[in-house]
Amino acid sequence: MSREGQAPGRSQAGPHPLGGSTDVRVGRGASMILPRDRGNPLLRYIALGVVAVVMLYPLLWLIGASFKGNAEIFTEIGVWPSRFDFTAYAKGWKTSTEYTFATYFLNSFLITVPRIIVTVISCVLVAYAFARFEFWGKKFLFSIMVGTMMLPLIILRLPQYLMFKELGWLDTYVPLILPSAFATDTFFVFMLVQFLRGIPRDMEEAAQIDGCNALQLLWHIIVPLLKPAIISVIVFQFIWTMNDFMGPLIYLSTVEKYPVSLALKMSIGATEEVEWASVIAISVVALIPSVGVFFLAQRHFIEGATSSGVKG
Amino acid sequence: MAQLSLKKIEKVYPNGFKAVHGVDLEVRDGEFMVFVGPSGCAKSTLLRMIAGLETITGGELRIGDKLVNDLAPKQRGIAMVFQNYALYPHMKVYENLAFGLKLAGTPKAEVDSRVRHAAQLLEMEHLLDRYPKQLSGGQAQRVAVGRAIVKKPEVFLFDEPLSNLDAKLRASMRVRLTELHRTLRESGQPATVVYVTHDQVEAMTMGQRICVLKDGVIQQVDTPTALYDRPANAFVAGFIGSPEMNIHAAELQPMGSGLAVMLGGVALPLPESKAEKLRSRSGAIKFGLRPEHVSAVARPQGDSLAVPATVRFMEHMGSEVFVHFDIGAVPLTARVPADQLNGLAEKMRGEAHHFHLQLASCHLFDAESGANLLL
Repeated sequence: MSREGQAPGRSQAGPHPLGGSTDVRVGRGASMILPRDRGNPLLRYIALGVVAVVMLYPLLWLIGASFKGNAEIFTEIGVWPSRFDFTAYAKGWKTSTEYTFATYFLNSFLITVPRIIVTVISCVLVAYAFARFEFWGKKFLFSIMVGTMMLPLIILRLPQYLMFKELGWLDTYVPLILPSAFATDTFFVFMLVQFLRGIPRDMEEAAQIDGCNALQLLWHIIVPLLKPAIISVIVFQFIWTMNDFMGPLIYLSTVEKYPVSLALKMSIGATEEVEWASVIAISVVALIPSVGVFFLAQRHFIEGATSSGVKG
Repeated sequence: MAQLSLKKIEKVYPNGFKAVHGVDLEVRDGEFMVFVGPSGCAKSTLLRMIAGLETITGGELRIGDKLVNDLAPKQRGIAMVFQNYALYPHMKVYENLAFGLKLAGTPKAEVDSRVRHAAQLLEMEHLLDRYPKQLSGGQAQRVAVGRAIVKKPEVFLFDEPLSNLDAKLRASMRVRLTELHRTLRESGQPATVVYVTHDQVEAMTMGQRICVLKDGVIQQVDTPTALYDRPANAFVAGFIGSPEMNIHAAELQPMGSGLAVMLGGVALPLPESKAEKLRSRSGAIKFGLRPEHVSAVARPQGDSLAVPATVRFMEHMGSEVFVHFDIGAVPLTARVPADQLNGLAEKMRGEAHHFHLQLASCHLFDAESGANLLL
């Protein structure tokens, strides 16, 4: 039974193999007190700082380059631009088409937001069933579901395309949203199932005695406990859908319906000479929603869910 | 009326394991019934079957006059307190208490008055605005009890509610729960309680009657004193009482006109009242004697028998001392008041001493079945 499992974040006492301090907490919200390192902290910070700059350099260069002209972009390797010129942003925003990037951002949200909603609903329902109910063929179905995670998405494109064509849904957002309403993002289902397995059932049993039926249990007890996992689902689905290029490319043909990812590609594909600064500027702007969502949600990633209501 | 009636209750798991074997039990209206037994004796399973969290595979369960075998937990008129408290971590204490009532569609004013009344009863009005993670173990336990009280159930179910508390808190919660049971009865809300524990001290101090279970079978149901004085079998005798009763294989032999028990090479003549009940018996039996019926000095009443023994070691508990000693090769324990050690304190391991056995209080059990032969 699950309540016999080790509660997350519980302290494990005992001699630590490295000697010295032994207070090692495991699981969510873990903190580790390991023996004091005898090296020079200054050297350590310098080394880590250098690696961090190397890793972040492309991003920093991208932001710097959005202020540069074509010539400077291809000749200067440095991050700092010679002048701060926001005209590239204005130009890029206008695009070479009749629509501004506002349209494309709106389109992206029109795909992303409904997709997130149906993903969360369907994945939570399916995960709840797999984690909490006994039904015929459960193990077999679960292994099939996990198996589909290994499937390269690209091989589904052709049959899906033909299917949506038959249904007359090409050049709409439906093919981009509808599949997610059937919990096809199996990674999320898997993640939620694993998370649910770690939550002791006592609270659900208490709620059952308080008079909850299966759906009330889901809404009043499971969903609040799953909040950190659901937020992870939202963040990942947001970032993945915002960045999705292949899906919109295949299903959308009207420029008016393009999301940001396609619009960015379009601004490079023009015949006349490409104004790289504008492309880069819009790339920077296109990053903002994903980064923003990530930082808004970051707090919840770390938040433990269950250790407070149940002692065990 | 909320008596609880179990008739031939069985639990067989899908893998064929039979956890509960035809349990028959009546819990009276307003009674405090304790299920006690070692881990794995199916006491919690039985409780969960009463609660409706575990299906009943055979027999009849009635709460009041209603057959509840196939009813959902909420339709059974029960409330349960869990070992791990199982408070809802995302709700404040007030909401934790009110949750069940809200689901049942109770009017808001009524919910509020019931929650406040329960909080007052458990002296936790100041905790209502806190989240479960801001509570100590004892406070969380009180909230869990409060959550049960507000529902005004016909039957309260407790599943080892005190086992996560430290010894001191456990003792005070024990008193508090017993008092609560009394208070509820006096306030016209008599509560039938089924309380599961593995701790025989809790069972003895709290239960009006105790049901001793082993391997899914009821061993004995009776009042604490009856269990202590007249255990139905060797298992109950060993389980109830601390330190445990001395129970050892022995031989029953005729001695003069009566009977004697041969224990560790020493003949212990049985009092006539006991020997009478065993007229026709001889041969292998189990001999049981509680540590408190062994003393280091002769009893002033003159009803004890001095037996030579060797001292092994002593455990000092303050007011009393547990003395471990051997009669022949048979190890026994005596529970001796600290002021009646009679020079024992200076004795070393292996030294001889005469212990005084109160044979009028001994128990004899069947060697095979363990049944009490003197009942």
